[in-house]
Order: sequence, then structure tokens, then C-alpha cells
Amino acid sequence: MVTVELDKVDEIIDGYVGEEGILIQLLLDIQSELNWIPKEALERISERLKIPVSQIYRIASFYKAMSLTPRGKHIINVCLGTACHVRGGQRIMDRAKELLGIKEGETTPDMKFTLERVNCLGCCALGPVVVVDGEYHGKVAPAKVEKTLKSYD
Amino acid sequence: MPKLNSPAELEELRQETLAKRDPNKPCITLCSGTGCHAYGSEKVNAAFAEEIKKQGLEGEIDIRRTGCHGFCERGTLVVIYPKEICYTNVQPEDAAEVVQSVKESKVVDRLLYTDPVTGEKITYELEIPFYANQQRTIFGPNRRIDPQNIEDYLALGGYRALAKALTQMTPEAVLEEVKRSNLRGRGGGGFSTGRKWEATRDAPGEPKYVIVNCDEGDPGAYMNRALMEGNPHSVLEGLAIGAYAIGSHEGFIYVRAEYPLAVENVGIAIRQAEEYGLLGENIFGSGFDFKVKVHRGAGAFVSGESSALMTAIEGKVGEPRPKYIHTSEKGIWDGPSCLNNVETWANVPLIINNGAAWFDSIGSERNTGTKIFSLVGKVNNTGLVEVPLGTSLRHIIYNIGGGIPGGKKFKVVQTGGPSGGCIPEQFLDSPIDFDELTKLGSMMGSGGMIVMDEDTCMVDTARYFLDFLSDESCGKCTPCREGIRQMLGILTDICEGRSKEGDIELLEELAEVVKDTSLCALGGTAPNPILTTLRYFRDEYKAHIEQKKCPAFVCKELTSYYIDPAKCEACMICLRNCPTGAIDGGKGKIHVVDQSKCTKCGTCFDICPDRFNAVVRISGEPVPPPPSEEERVIVRVEK
Repeated sequence: MVTVELDKVDEIIDGYVGEEGILIQLLLDIQSELNWIPKEALERISERLKIPVSQIYRIASFYKAMSLTPRGKHIINVCLGTACHVRGGQRIMDRAKELLGIKEGETTPDMKFTLERVNCLGCCALGPVVVVDGEYHGKVAPAKVEKTLKSYD
Repeated sequence: MPKLNSPAELEELRQETLAKRDPNKPCITLCSGTGCHAYGSEKVNAAFAEEIKKQGLEGEIDIRRTGCHGFCERGTLVVIYPKEICYTNVQPEDAAEVVQSVKESKVVDRLLYTDPVTGEKITYELEIPFYANQQRTIFGPNRRIDPQNIEDYLALGGYRALAKALTQMTPEAVLEEVKRSNLRGRGGGGFSTGRKWEATRDAPGEPKYVIVNCDEGDPGAYMNRALMEGNPHSVLEGLAIGAYAIGSHEGFIYVRAEYPLAVENVGIAIRQAEEYGLLGENIFGSGFDFKVKVHRGAGAFVSGESSALMTAIEGKVGEPRPKYIHTSEKGIWDGPSCLNNVETWANVPLIINNGAAWFDSIGSERNTGTKIFSLVGKVNNTGLVEVPLGTSLRHIIYNIGGGIPGGKKFKVVQTGGPSGGCIPEQFLDSPIDFDELTKLGSMMGSGGMIVMDEDTCMVDTARYFLDFLSDESCGKCTPCREGIRQMLGILTDICEGRSKEGDIELLEELAEVVKDTSLCALGGTAPNPILTTLRYFRDEYKAHIEQKKCPAFVCKELTSYYIDPAKCEACMICLRNCPTGAIDGGKGKIHVVDQSKCTKCGTCFDICPDRFNAVVRISGEPVPPPPSEEERVIVRVEK
């Protein structure tokens, strides 16, 4: 991990020193800043806030919003909420898995795409929905997945 | 902004705000909820702003970005005030014409909603059947309010209920009023809100905490988000009133990580309320202090359970704990804590303003008030629907929802999220309230209502929910962690053709054990999707097990796609669209699906033109052999 990133971690920790019950909020901030939570960040928090690494690791591994592995350049979220499921969301996920050659939650070896499942984005009128880097693609059909992914390079 | 020190000052400010605003000045309002955002409302907004500038109408036409209007099917929604002309499916390209029409006081006919039954164009928002058939007491103000501007909420009489409670009522009187309204918790269980408040109030120990649960984890449910994003002050006001009644001075708002706009808007709302003295110390000079903090969730369904949520607020892993000591006695940091759902809190100002008798007169026996449902799935008008409790499913799905798309047949409506169940057609006329849903084997949950048509497999639906729950089970207690996994395994076997006789009975036995022995409601209700689908669709389970047949053609392993040689016109459409190249054929050559390459994505079935209908789904019987090469040649007779 580069020093620049550790500096950022330090900066985030500075904002929380002296407060109670901040661990989840702190880790969320690091996640959104670095897009993942490196081991060194966990160690730094432990060192500075005098909290055992095991306790921090337990939180970081429990919550879905936190990733302990680096994520790809583009994050693909396939919605598998109930409304998208009944409209064929699983077929979209299957197609994405075939195309990328990875499973749910994994990143392609070239670090280009991370494929994730989300259990409802609450824009059910557009289902089945795929979100890539925050951009919504509504009423996706299995035959459209390839073209959609190709537009992210 | 100087702080408001009394109800009189609040009223004065309201009058000033109203006086500043010309009610006849045209205003273009845009829905900016997450649904419309996904449709691209940002771009539409930018286009309107630019167009107003271009046509030199700055200062003459206002733009307001409001919260979710609820008619998500037709986003981006635009309403033109003062007449409330409603345009649906608005695109950035439409901006010029709309702005021009506002200037000339005209109506853009092509953007109006067309009633699918009568074919008539409907000009005004509230005359659209989707809205006209609802009763929007909590959700109604959303469409008039810019959630990032407290003045909009104040102009509609916001914080009057808080002023009334703090200066004209004792905490006991507030509590009594809420108890007499018979308000029940909107988060799922339907427990009496007044009694919950009272338990926290009476519990020994200080400080006491009040909490808003906006960890809306049920897939297909988003009414809490729409309120939190669209009208956060109504929730804050309710929370402050509750805190006063309970004797709490500290509140938390727990918002799901997936709702960034809700986090942003409620954060802004808190800051503005503090500036105006509506939160903080000595509110309205009453001596009552109250502060609120936002806590972001981090993606864990189980953290929506009350004890788990409180543990998460403490900064620990959000897992539930046994509740032989209620959280009303020992919750956050062992202080008495009262947690209610977003919608529950938003009802409180209405009760204080209009009185318990008014609230009690809405809805049905023991189920008072209105409820917001998120109507999604296989329904024409996807969106948020607010109706009095006790309204029939038929009214919601057909009169408001506009029925099932594509001429398909209704099969079930799933309510209550993963803990709920599926309600079949014969109960469409049942009144929907807490007690009735429980009787039908489902539950209210937070108000998700997922409509499913004949193309839905009930075993697959049960498997879907169990898969969700197995993923979300925190693993702390064995029955939930292991039981759900075993049930999911059996369901997967049934869906994939590996089932055997006795599987249904084994599922039922496991369901009983998991239900009776799990630590929290996640496990306790996890078998519901299985139990209700078995109750109403046992035959479908049997078809999967005995004939290896999926009657709805959903379970991939049990379904094959076959092109009927008698119907195929060799049009090449399916062949070109098949993502795996599994279709063999050519011009004048009848197409054939190579079963070894087919991934059963269904593209060919969806895409084959209706006039041919050549692609057939087969389940429970062998696929006929393909025709011979000679038989595949189509000889077209010249006319």
C-alpha cells in the first residue's frame, strides 16, 4: 500500500478520534475513499485507536458494503431484488457471469470488472436493472448484456 | 436565520414565506426520487434550466426538484404548477416544448398520461387513476416539497405539531393521544406504537434513546426511502414529538448504506432544523432539548432487526441478541431505547395535528390509518401506493396498479419481504391489514407488494427467498444458520431435478424447527416463503419432484427450448440474437436449437415474432429429435 493512501486513512481517522461507536462509519469512509479496505488500513486503525485488529476485521468481513480485496475498475451491480427476479434478473446475472468468466463477488483477472449482486435498488419500474459505475441500465435483456459491458472500457 | 423561539414565531415565518411566494407563478416541478434519477431526471433538470435561460424566462418560471411522487413506472415525472399539469416519461429533448407551453399557458398533449382503458388523455396529476384511487396523507406532501429546503415543509404547516406538543401538551398527553390513535408499527410486526413508547418511558435508567429504522432491507420495498429522501422533516418532527413523550434527548437515524440520497437529504434536514431551532436546545422555549445523529448502515439485512440495529449503532457487528430483556428497557449502551420505522414516525405529526379520533377513523378495525405499499413486479403501474388499511388487494393491483402487463394471468402477490408469503388469486378481495395478512400465512412487513404472473414458479420463488436469507443470516444461532442452508439445499435440488420422494415432508419438518428455535425474527420467519407456497401450491412442488416438470418453465434445469419445425419460417431473428450461438439454421432452412450449447436464457422464446410463435418451452417430457436435413429446407411457393 502506498504512503499516499495511508495518509488518507490517517486523515479519516483524525475526523473520528474521541467519539464513541465510530468503527462502522470509519470503515465505510475508508471503503468509499479507497474502494476497498487494505490490511494496512486495518492495522493502522488498530494502532491509533487501540482496538484489537480481530475486532475491526470482524466488522469489515461482516458487512457487504466493505471489501477486503481490491475491486475492479468498473463495478457491475446486477439487481436481484424480488421485482427484478420475477422479471428475469437471474438470467441477466447468468449471462454476465458467462461473459466475464467470473462468479458473483469476483473481479476479472485484468482488474477491469467486479461483478456484484444487489438485493434491490428500489427502482423496480426499470427491472431488470443493471448498474455499472452508478449508471443505470433498465429493462435489460440477456441479449443486451454483452453490448452494455462492451461500452465500458 | 435567527432561531424560532415560540409557536408564534413559527407561524410568523410561515406567513412570511407564503407572502414571498406568488401562488400563481409557474413552477416546473421534477420528481427527483431514486426511480426518476435512474431514468435520468438529472439530465431533464439540466435541460429545463438551460431552456429557461435560453428563452429568457429566468425569474418568471421556477424549477423545483421534489421527492418521489410514486408513479415510478412513468418517470421522469414533471408537474407544472399552479395548475398541476402532469407530464410523464419526460426526456431532456422535451424541455424546449414544455417551457414554451408554460410561457404560453398551453398544454403539451403528447406528454400527458393516456388512460389505457378509455384512451383518454388526462391533464391533471391527481386525476390520473393511479393517484385518484389512493389516499395520500403521509406521502402526499412529497410532490410539493424540495426536501433540501426546510421552507417548503414549513410553508405546508411543518413543525406545527411539534410546537403544539411542546407548548400545549404534557408528555403524558402526547403519549395518550398516540395510544388512542391505535397507530401500529409500520416496520412489520404491527405492535402498538403507543405501548412501545410507554414501555420505554416507564423503563428505569437514563439517558433514553429514540431511533428511526430506515434499514429498509426487504427486496422490492422502497417506501421508507421515498419518505426519507422526499420529506425528511416529517420524520424528524415525528421523532422529536416521540422523544418528548418518552423523555429522550437523543435520537438516531439508521439509514441503509444503499440509500446515499436519503443520507444526504436527512443530513441537510437536520442541519436546517438545528439552524431554525427546531432541534437542539430549548426548542420553542419549552425547555426540551433534542439532538439527532445519522448512522449509516453497511449492508446487512439482519441489522434491520431492532436489537441488531442498536448493536450496530454502538459501532459493533450488527447481530441480534436474545430479547428476554426488551430493548425498551436496555437498548443502545444499555439505555431504554424506542425504535420505530420511518413511516411510523411520519404518522405522528398527523396524529398530533388532527387528533387521535381523526386517525382512528381511517382504516379498518384495529388497523387504523393509511399504509404505503410498494407495488412492483408484474404490474402495469409500478410505484408507491398509499391507501387506508383494510383496502382490498384487487383495488390496489387492478384499480391503482392497472393490472398485469401483456395479458398474462395473475398468480400471486408476495407481501412482507423474505419473511412474508405468497397470496393467491382467491384472496384478492381480502382486506389488507396486519391481522388479515397474518391469517393468510403472510405478513405486512414494511409494505412490499410484489405481483407475480403465471410465468412465475412458486418453488423457484421460495428458493429465491431462502437463498437471500441464507446469505443474510448472521450465523450466530445454529437453527437459522444451518436450517436455512439445508432447506435451501432441498429447494435447489427440487428446482434442478435432483429431488426425491419425501423432500416436501422433510422441508416441513425443518421449517417447524427453524421457526420455533431461531434467535430472532429473521430465522423465525424464514420458513414462511416455503410454508405459504406449499399451502397454496403443493401441486407445483409435486410436479417438480414426481415428473421433473416446472409448470411455469422457470427452472432452467427442467426446461428446454425447442423450435417447432411446422411453425419456423427461418426468419433468422432468434439465430442472430442467441447469445451463445446455439441456434443452427439459415435462410430457407428451419432453425434448430443445439441443446448442448443452449444456456436456456430464453432470448429465442422472447424474440420469436408473435405471428410465428415457433419457439416452444418443454418441461417434464423429452425434447423431440430435430428434423432431418431434407425436412429442414423450406420450399416457398411463388404466388
